[in-house]
Amino acid sequence: MPMLIDTIEDRAARAACERQDNRPDALIEILHDIQATAGFISDAAIATLADALNRSRAEILGVVSFYHDFTRQPGAPHTLKLCRAEACQAAGGDHQAAEIERRLRERGISGGQTAILDIKPVYCVGNCALGPAALLDGTPVGRIDADRIVSTLVARGIIEADQP
Amino acid sequence: MSPQPDRIFVPGDSASISVGADAVAARLVDALPADARIIRNGSRGLFWLEPLVEIERDGERLGFGPVTPDDVDSLVAAGFPASGHRLSLGPVEAIPQLARQQRLIFARCGHDDPLDLASWIEMGGLAGLETARRMAPDNIIDTVKASGLRGRGGAGFPTGIKWETARKAGGEQTWLCCNADEGDSGTYADRLLMEGDPFTLIAGMCIAARAIGATGGLVYLRSEYPHAIHTLKSAISLWREAGLFGGLNEDNHFDIEVRTGAGAYICGEESSMLNSLEGKRGEVRAKPPIPAISGLFGQPTIVNNVLTLASVPWILEHGGEAYREFGSGRSRGTQAFQLAGDIRQGALVELAFGVSLRTLIDDFGGGTRSGRPMRAVQVGGPLGAYLGRADLDVVLDYEAIAAIGGMLGHGGIVVFNDTVDMARQARFAMAFCAVESCGKCTPCRVGATRGRETLDKIIAGDAVSENLALLEDLCELMTDGSLCAMGGLTPMPVRSAVKRFPEDFARQAAE
Repeated sequence: MPMLIDTIEDRAARAACERQDNRPDALIEILHDIQATAGFISDAAIATLADALNRSRAEILGVVSFYHDFTRQPGAPHTLKLCRAEACQAAGGDHQAAEIERRLRERGISGGQTAILDIKPVYCVGNCALGPAALLDGTPVGRIDADRIVSTLVARGIIEADQP
Repeated sequence: MSPQPDRIFVPGDSASISVGADAVAARLVDALPADARIIRNGSRGLFWLEPLVEIERDGERLGFGPVTPDDVDSLVAAGFPASGHRLSLGPVEAIPQLARQQRLIFARCGHDDPLDLASWIEMGGLAGLETARRMAPDNIIDTVKASGLRGRGGAGFPTGIKWETARKAGGEQTWLCCNADEGDSGTYADRLLMEGDPFTLIAGMCIAARAIGATGGLVYLRSEYPHAIHTLKSAISLWREAGLFGGLNEDNHFDIEVRTGAGAYICGEESSMLNSLEGKRGEVRAKPPIPAISGLFGQPTIVNNVLTLASVPWILEHGGEAYREFGSGRSRGTQAFQLAGDIRQGALVELAFGVSLRTLIDDFGGGTRSGRPMRAVQVGGPLGAYLGRADLDVVLDYEAIAAIGGMLGHGGIVVFNDTVDMARQARFAMAFCAVESCGKCTPCRVGATRGRETLDKIIAGDAVSENLALLEDLCELMTDGSLCAMGGLTPMPVRSAVKRFPEDFARQAAE
């Protein structure tokens, strides 16, 4: 049966499916695998997954779009997730988030595709007794304030230190 | 020359790491002799003391905290004194906020390296499972029924009855799914246990599997918890290597696989979670059929919360009647209360049901961290009610809190000070539901968006009394008409905020 639409085979996506024995029920795990290695879920990956798992592309796209963890565009090399849920709100998180965004904007970092750093809201990281909480590239940071985040970003070489 | 400590403990729990535990451990490695034994234990859950460094001396554990890397040299120089140092806390087990707890689930959490299986067995961790192995499955279910254990995820359904339903359903394969999608803000008990004592959860799952005849086990764990995922997966491997999955049922086949969630709050709802485990969009399913009869892949499926399953080993070890001794009214056993938000001593407090909210916030929590007066407290996560100062004497059990229009949920307690704007909190509840709704049913999908818009008008002072009437109408519709608890309970924080804090909704139109 010839395919109606030409597709580009995504070898990494094919390998991710094979690691899960092409089980359709493991789709979320497969998507995590691709998101972690490729940084996003491409059209070619969706087509390859549909073929490998014997599902329609619409079904695969439906799953990708449902979950916040999967993106259709590549992101920045670093991600700062700021918890914006109730417990961190109660600990002053909204104010700190605004202050962090202001300080980073002064350095020309406003998030988005071309930036070095994506700043994303997250709703609870399970560190509610030490809020406001954040995750920087997966590392938990508690009791955050703008100074602490800026100095952590500097220490990790993600942004440059303030000029004296 | 001070005597060398036997063992030093620095928590490796993600909350402790978030306030510098890794750096403290690294400094201790540098400062101590090469033969010093530094163990990364789980957290005790006394978060305001983290990083809480412990040293074991003469069979006693002495605590120091909160320790910064710069404190390490002075602690080493002073020889970790039981008292006298600025950071000395004395014997850890005697810290009042820990000593006054009734830890059944968390009895071993924080005592040792969470992946030291030999140490865990030495502490008696296997006792409950060993008892269960000698019992017929029906007798295990009877014991759990006698204990009065109810689901700790929030719904509070009797666990033994659920298990009995699945056992009698008799499908091709019975599944056991542990719900570790702990998405409620203000809750972290599941995470603390999975990072600090994962073997107790695994033991609980093995007992449940034997009771219901499950041959497949899954843990649905949220992606926001990378440390818990790593620890639990490692613990399951160690358990498997030790042969502890064997001999649980006639088929001699049970194992546990960890599946990672993908950032959808709704997947904590059990039917949504089952769809996600099948590799689908996490849309909720209509009930009936209940999962115990037709769940994962249409097979009988038990979905239990982490703390429900982790309560089971103690029940099997000590008996259902002993467990029933704890608690109040129809809420038996212990609840892991979690203090969060603007709180001086944020901590996990495991106590029998029946403690008052005031005791938890004032005695255990020490009031607000900011020093400002407490104004509101949200109990039970984002779908729980906002309570006020007048409600502080409510005792916390499922029925007592329902009687004042709230719910216990997963045991989260979030304290807000007097700077909170309750109209904005109500708006947030609707906005959160609008973003996280799975979209399956109209009351939730559309209602949450309309609710947010209506609250925007109220906040702007636009036809406030008419819009408040509209909001109440909408809340009624969402409560009665939604398929699951997400749409059905989002009105709870909204209505409770309007009822208890009407002054925050009496806005004036902007000039």
